[in-house]
Amino acid sequence: MFAYIVRRLLYAIPILIGVNLLTFTLFFVVNSPDDMAVSQLGAKYVTPEAIQNWKVKNGYDKPLFLNSEEGGVGTITDTIFFTKSVKLFAFDFGRSESGRDITSDISVRMWPSLAVALPTFLVGIWVNICVALMVVMFHATRLDRWTVFVFVGLMSISYLFYIIGGQYMVAKTWRLVPISGFDAQGQVWKFLILPVLVGVIAGIGAGARWYRTLFLEEANQDYVRTARAKGCSEITILFRHILPNALIPILTGVVVLIPTLFMGSLLIESFFGIPGLGSYMLDAIRSQDFAIVRSMVFIGSILYITGLILTDISYTWADPRVRLN
Amino acid sequence: MKLHVRMVFEAIVLSLCVLALSSCSKDPWNNPNPANPKGLVTYQSVISPAPPKHLDPVISYATDESIFIMQIYEPLLGYHFLKRPYELQPLAAESMPEVTYLDTEGNSIALGEGEIAFTRYTLRVRKDEHFQPHPSFAKNASGEPLYLFSSAEEGQQYKTVPDFPETGSRPVTANDYAYQIKRLADPVNISPMLGFMSQHIVGMSELSRELGDVERDGWLNLNDYDLTGVEVVDDQTLVITIKKNYPQFVYWLSMHFFAPVAPEVDRFYKNPGFAQRNLTLDWWPVGSGPFMLVKNDPNTEIILERNPNFREDYYPSEGAPGDAEAGYLDDAGKRLPFIDRAVYRLEKEVLPLWTKFLQGYYDRSGEVHANTNGFFDQAFVVGPEGLEAAPELADHGITVSIDVKPSLYYYGFNMRDPVLGGYTDEKRKLRKALQIAFNAEEYINIFYKGNGIVAQSPLPPGIPGYFPGKAGTNPQVYDWVDGKRERKSIEHAKALLVEAGYPNGRDARTGEPLKIFIDVQSQAISNPMMNWMDRQFAQIGVQVEYRPADWNRTREKYLTGNTQIFSHGWLADYPDPENFLFLLHSPESPLVCKCDGTNNANYASDEYDEAFRAMRIMPPGPERDVEVAKMVKLFQDDAVWLYAFTPKEIYLNNAWVYNTKRHGIDKGTLKYIRLDAEMRARKQAEWNQPVTWPLYAGALLVFALLVPGVTAYRRRQRATAR
Repeated sequence: MFAYIVRRLLYAIPILIGVNLLTFTLFFVVNSPDDMAVSQLGAKYVTPEAIQNWKVKNGYDKPLFLNSEEGGVGTITDTIFFTKSVKLFAFDFGRSESGRDITSDISVRMWPSLAVALPTFLVGIWVNICVALMVVMFHATRLDRWTVFVFVGLMSISYLFYIIGGQYMVAKTWRLVPISGFDAQGQVWKFLILPVLVGVIAGIGAGARWYRTLFLEEANQDYVRTARAKGCSEITILFRHILPNALIPILTGVVVLIPTLFMGSLLIESFFGIPGLGSYMLDAIRSQDFAIVRSMVFIGSILYITGLILTDISYTWADPRVRLN
Repeated sequence: MKLHVRMVFEAIVLSLCVLALSSCSKDPWNNPNPANPKGLVTYQSVISPAPPKHLDPVISYATDESIFIMQIYEPLLGYHFLKRPYELQPLAAESMPEVTYLDTEGNSIALGEGEIAFTRYTLRVRKDEHFQPHPSFAKNASGEPLYLFSSAEEGQQYKTVPDFPETGSRPVTANDYAYQIKRLADPVNISPMLGFMSQHIVGMSELSRELGDVERDGWLNLNDYDLTGVEVVDDQTLVITIKKNYPQFVYWLSMHFFAPVAPEVDRFYKNPGFAQRNLTLDWWPVGSGPFMLVKNDPNTEIILERNPNFREDYYPSEGAPGDAEAGYLDDAGKRLPFIDRAVYRLEKEVLPLWTKFLQGYYDRSGEVHANTNGFFDQAFVVGPEGLEAAPELADHGITVSIDVKPSLYYYGFNMRDPVLGGYTDEKRKLRKALQIAFNAEEYINIFYKGNGIVAQSPLPPGIPGYFPGKAGTNPQVYDWVDGKRERKSIEHAKALLVEAGYPNGRDARTGEPLKIFIDVQSQAISNPMMNWMDRQFAQIGVQVEYRPADWNRTREKYLTGNTQIFSHGWLADYPDPENFLFLLHSPESPLVCKCDGTNNANYASDEYDEAFRAMRIMPPGPERDVEVAKMVKLFQDDAVWLYAFTPKEIYLNNAWVYNTKRHGIDKGTLKYIRLDAEMRARKQAEWNQPVTWPLYAGALLVFALLVPGVTAYRRRQRATAR
């Protein structure tokens, strides 16, 4: 297994370079270094000297990919792409265009993201599995058909509707919880109830329907009939037989998400005022802060690759027949 | 299973009891504000939609950053809080600057006596001006700075400024102002004002070049470098010399670019490792103003607290007409500031911000962004009697502050465009026909709910040269009929089109329909706006095509002159006509200066330029007014802009907030705000009692689902094989 993990980690390097190259290209298709300078300096009284000075200080005074004025290796290394990318691989994210230390900001912001994402993730999985198992238990009844209908309805509703509707009803009309905010010193739980509730409810439709499909495949297997014939209760059949055997596809979808929980959610964090990495990314895109965008995409890629490796490892735990070679 | 059902039932009943008991509590459940730890009078406000990026007074150049910087720093001059038109007054200076004009030899001359080569401003700093308590001023027993470290490891336990146990302070001196001006010249700081001020302050470009060549290792003491145009005569006296005569320079002295920065502070923040922990002057400003920064978490909140070293300052006793009736003089002569603490929380979305304001958790509805959202529309209606609250808000006692900033939003013609640009009679008539067809009053009524004043010239209200009524009417677009302004008829516009060579909107030579192009930023236009404009121009047979683009692409179009009709805006830096009329000064054209100039219309008129150059150096008075009027007339005759308006912004205040008058330019007005904290607590409790029936209903629903589910399960368990 160790060799397999090392091999997967080595595969990750060209993937990360590719992702970085793509991010860089996409960003500079719509933004030139001059645009970034004007955006940071403000739109008034900006002189060409000020723009040049900003570019020099922030390392944007070089060509993007190829420096024809330099010879040899310098053609590649003395470019914005190389100088900005190479430090990422040493996890040196540098400073944002507004001068803040990105590593420091990320280390502070990842915890609020996790505070929302982790309970949403865990409660969401638990609720989805329980609901899906319940529907499987009543398979081919009117309850099953109506529940599927409700699932499809829930899936069809925009995520924004859940957020705004939740805020409007629970926080504004019923005044049960604060509508937004995140008090890190005191009662954080008070601010987490609504975003977690919204996240869980918004995910039930798609999640439970997907799990129902997985469980139904297992529910028709011979071993289930055998268990039932032995006199096992339905609860035992669902939780002790069907659930473990349906774990592989569940793990495929779930484990890959675990590392990315740190990255937060763009919408939830923005609407609920959660000072996490999701809103950090959104702010960076809005303010054309390439340093943050590049760092966040890089971290996101690493976490996703980590998630995929963890998924593979989890298969060996869920199914002892699986071997990683 | 019976046991399980009973347990669930008991759990639900128990939860409902707990809920019922807790709902009896007077403390609202939805209060997002943590309890005030010290019982201080705290102003609760909002940062929206994005946190400030810079708080360094030499770097920042944004209104939403000024609302913090201007509470913390005290420049030499400031604006009177209440008087209109805006009036400069001494702030950290003992008096207004003494101005001396010099010839090329450096001899003092009187205004109008000869060519002015230099202007010298002599300012005296108040003796009671002190810096806030800060660790950079803390000293050890031998009088050396306490927090100077030789390595990053030494000071690594300090993550924020409040982590430092020892603080100190000292009086503000003239050198602190001089030091800041040198920071402005230092290219390392990338001040947006460097290029502009280098044109004015003697020796600034030279110092900037010199500092750019210096090899740095840690702190660079700018006191070791001379700036020719800035002289520190003694601890209180500062002399600034600028090139030629630029009377508007005095306004710049009221901005934070000229706030004091102590060399000790600059040195403190250059400690090794501090920047990696965001311990910088950009994030932890240090000033002598009424408030000081105690928490800067741009992700969530920024907290200011009263500066214990703030000098004696009192609420003004005079104001503008109507201020006494509005209660703005009730606190006349009282010591400032009134509040102890101000908390600004980050809100990115409108619904939470608006809801918290209506729930009483924010004292005001915003600081720098007015209320023009859909939620506001649901709660308030702009009627003939002004703003009317919805019935459910009528008892909230919300007060309204209207802010007419010295600003303009406009659509301009590119005067270099081959179709619409140019200075022939035909081209002028063509543009005037379009001006008449574009019913700006209707546009503002529909899309801005009437909250705007249609501009007749490039000068908005509050700026000398602006006139209401007939005197200020643009005679090219309006007639003055029965004591009011009346837009010229569409027939008149059509007649102008005929004279311009476009009868019925078609080119008389080719027969092709006239199609005009509007270049606008994507977020500044909507489909209803485009449909409305289509209809307006269709009245005279003109077709319109829109070319929306993001800001970067729009900027490119300005730089290359690749526009026909463009949208732009301008917010004044200071209340002088020069700050608006320069928008049409030909050297400001991006095609002339090869820079981000402000004359995006590329307007070029020798007569206008001559008048502008004359007006720029004149003191206020009748002669200057003549030059201003000349430029306004040229603007109207040449029909340079399609239309322009000054927005009227609406801010709301809860009933417990006083002295809420908006100042269009100065942002250092927090010290005037007074709160009735007791009323706020009472109202918050009254308005936010939780509605608990949905909880009971939810619990009952769960129970109602559980019982038949369990029953069905048990029936299935008992069922025999079929």
